[in-house]
Amino acid sequence: MNLKMELEKHRDALIVRLSGELDHHTAESVRLKLDEEILRGRCRHIVFSLKALEFMDSSGLGVILGRYKLIKQKGGRMAVCDVNASVYRLFDMSGLFKIMPVFDNEGLALSELEVAL
Amino acid sequence: MTDATRNFMKLQFAAKSENESFARVAVAAFVTQLDPTMDEITDLKTVVSEAVTNCIIHGYDSDAEGIVYIEVAIEQDVVSLTIEDKGRGIEDMELAKQPLYTSKPELERSGMGFTIMENFMDEFELISDIDGGTSIRMKKRIESKKALYN
Repeated sequence: MNLKMELEKHRDALIVRLSGELDHHTAESVRLKLDEEILRGRCRHIVFSLKALEFMDSSGLGVILGRYKLIKQKGGRMAVCDVNASVYRLFDMSGLFKIMPVFDNEGLALSELEVAL
Repeated sequence: MTDATRNFMKLQFAAKSENESFARVAVAAFVTQLDPTMDEITDLKTVVSEAVTNCIIHGYDSDAEGIVYIEVAIEQDVVSLTIEDKGRGIEDMELAKQPLYTSKPELERSGMGFTIMENFMDEFELISDIDGGTSIRMKKRIESKKALYN
């Protein structure tokens, strides 16, 4: 597996740190794990922390947008942070920043989510 | 007449998602001889990933019996990339190319594949036959070599 995922709970928010390559092959495991967390009510908000994400394609966009729909349905919010230039370009192209904010680091993303509570 | 500077490679592999990263790395490794920038390599890897994923999910409906074909040619500073399947083909190519359109929303496809390919490459051509397969032919100029051939 070329993708590693680290989860850390921070109050109501789940920090999802992805490292490696997020493509069609690796997106499925991310989807399954996060849906379990969301559907069991273990988190209300999600922060995708992508500093170590070396590669992402449109399958990665699909898995992030899919989780966004679920989180939003349940009244939560989502943010991304620490996004490298190539991943940023894909987010921008797909219009992702129109529906969720981007922050420089996890701390800023978490404080924004908490302020909004 | 043959162009002494032309070089090419061909690959074929099973339509398995495990092979998506292999395809990206193989194409990137071949193109390295043009001394591309990191951004150019990332563009090419992303495009290969999009096209190969399309072959697997759409061309072959995730049937791993299918075979994905890649040809990469280098002529001077231009990389030509052809990625093909012999799968079901695309009924409405204009619709398929629309940003955010996907024929498989249940699989959480973002519908951005063709948009990314068109954006990241200089030339993009889609050829498809119903039940015959789909071929994507693309070209990209590697800027680092520009000074040599202008």
